[in-house]
Amino acid sequence: MLDLEFMRLAFGAGIVVGLLAPAVGFFLVQRRLSLIGDGIGHVAFAGVALGYLLNLPLVLTALAVSIAGALSIETLRARRTAAGDQALALVFYTGIAGGVVLVSAAGALNVNLFQFLFGSILTVTRSDLAVIAGLGAAALLLIALLYRLLVAVVVDEEGARVAGLPVSLLNALTAALAAVTIALSMRVVGILLIAALMVLPVIAAARIAWSMRSTMVLAMGIGLASVLTGITVAYYADLPPGGTTVLVAAAAVLVAEPIGALRR
Amino acid sequence: MSFAYGHGPLVLRDVELEVERGEFVAIAGPNGGGKTTLLRLVLGLEEPASGQIELAAERLAYLPQRAQAGVDAPVTVRELVAAGRAPRARFLGPLRQADREAVREAIERVGLETQADRRLSTLSGGQQQRAFIAKALAADPELLVLDEPTTGVDVEAQESLAALLEQLHRELDVTILYVSHEFGAVERFVERIVLVRGEVVFDGAPADLPGVWHDPSHAHA
Ligand SMILES: Nc1ncnc2c1ncn2[C@@H]1O[C@H](COP(=O)(O)OP(=O)(O)OP(=O)(O)O)[C@@H](O)[C@H]1O
Ligand SMILES: [Mg+2]
Repeated sequence: MLDLEFMRLAFGAGIVVGLLAPAVGFFLVQRRLSLIGDGIGHVAFAGVALGYLLNLPLVLTALAVSIAGALSIETLRARRTAAGDQALALVFYTGIAGGVVLVSAAGALNVNLFQFLFGSILTVTRSDLAVIAGLGAAALLLIALLYRLLVAVVVDEEGARVAGLPVSLLNALTAALAAVTIALSMRVVGILLIAALMVLPVIAAARIAWSMRSTMVLAMGIGLASVLTGITVAYYADLPPGGTTVLVAAAAVLVAEPIGALRR
Repeated sequence: MSFAYGHGPLVLRDVELEVERGEFVAIAGPNGGGKTTLLRLVLGLEEPASGQIELAAERLAYLPQRAQAGVDAPVTVRELVAAGRAPRARFLGPLRQADREAVREAIERVGLETQADRRLSTLSGGQQQRAFIAKALAADPELLVLDEPTTGVDVEAQESLAALLEQLHRELDVTILYVSHEFGAVERFVERIVLVRGEVVFDGAPADLPGVWHDPSHAHA
């Protein structure tokens, strides 16, 4: 399997996304913003459509539009102009509707949108992998450096604000990291399933782990294992890799439940 | 200073308070009287509708009412207290030795050293409350704001919290705002009490409290 170039590229992209998605998702889940990934995913769809329309690299337009969408969700939420889920709903539906309109304007309804909706990891090219690995490593490094501050906001946002931590900046950064993760992961699991890879490993890890740090590390391990298992199973059983990966992650939650119960 | 939530009615009317550095101010009043709101205004978490608030202290720590209810992250006591230390430590990278030491000290002060590496959610309500007190202490605050810190805390821990606050107040000149319905062990060194019921209805020494208000939790008269 690994003597095939496209499989090596797929595993390379899978490793980055498998580690990054739960690392970012960790902070979203702890702040009860699990569904934000879905919202941004829908916005990313509009970004892909915009790329078709303007004939620009799709990953870049998706990245730009996702970051804009993520920051608007965060702004609406922070200003309390709308409750968290209402802000999400607004951006969610604007994204998907905008995407549909843009795609049809580009006359691209017949193109390989399916790839972006459900992932197409087997079509990752060398230059794709370079972008994914570069941005992914930068995002992981940023999370490692800011880990303690991000945790301080997660456990007590108002306390952190009172104490003078740059909470709004950290929240905007988390939203931007989520957007980057989604734009990078589109090819691996697809826009419709990316949020699952951000959330399910964290839920599984939290069942078993004994601290924030161990939850984070375990979630990244489960994310990585899910992607590697998903791609391998998909290869041998001729299944879609994105869907298979997410099913493995969902299975991890089911397995973690009784293990966690035993530990307690 | 006056305040209302959104377009609602005034919750606090014409409040005028001046607190000196190093003062210990006990704040009491009925449910819904506006005690929590007053603290949030002081801390800058709410903006007054009219009037202004000036704050000279820079290092603030806040223990919200029912703080435990807001946390369902898999955080350990040590991680929680370390989060309280975050504003005093360097922002990037792991915690330095001196800061880890400060975290350990804060945990010891509230008597949770044997539970330090347990998940907060596996502790009793009173122990969780103590962990939040340690979190506030770890910041070495100049102004310490405590909203009903002893709810659900046993008498022994209330005693040791009172002793600790007295020490912070006397030796380190920490300014303390302390909201409670029942001051218990703190009573012996409270010098100033403020009763809040939509406005400040009393502000002075506990000894000068009018008889009807003597039990601060029954300030309805
Ligand atoms: N977030 C909010 N939105 C709207 N109204 C609020 C909000 N928080 C408090 N209030 C109202 O403000 C008034 C004062 O509430 P506050 O929480 O300050 O009282 P409190 O003195 O702390 O009461 P308790 O003893 O129950 O803690 C109450 O009438 C309450 O209904
Ligand atoms: Mg209150």
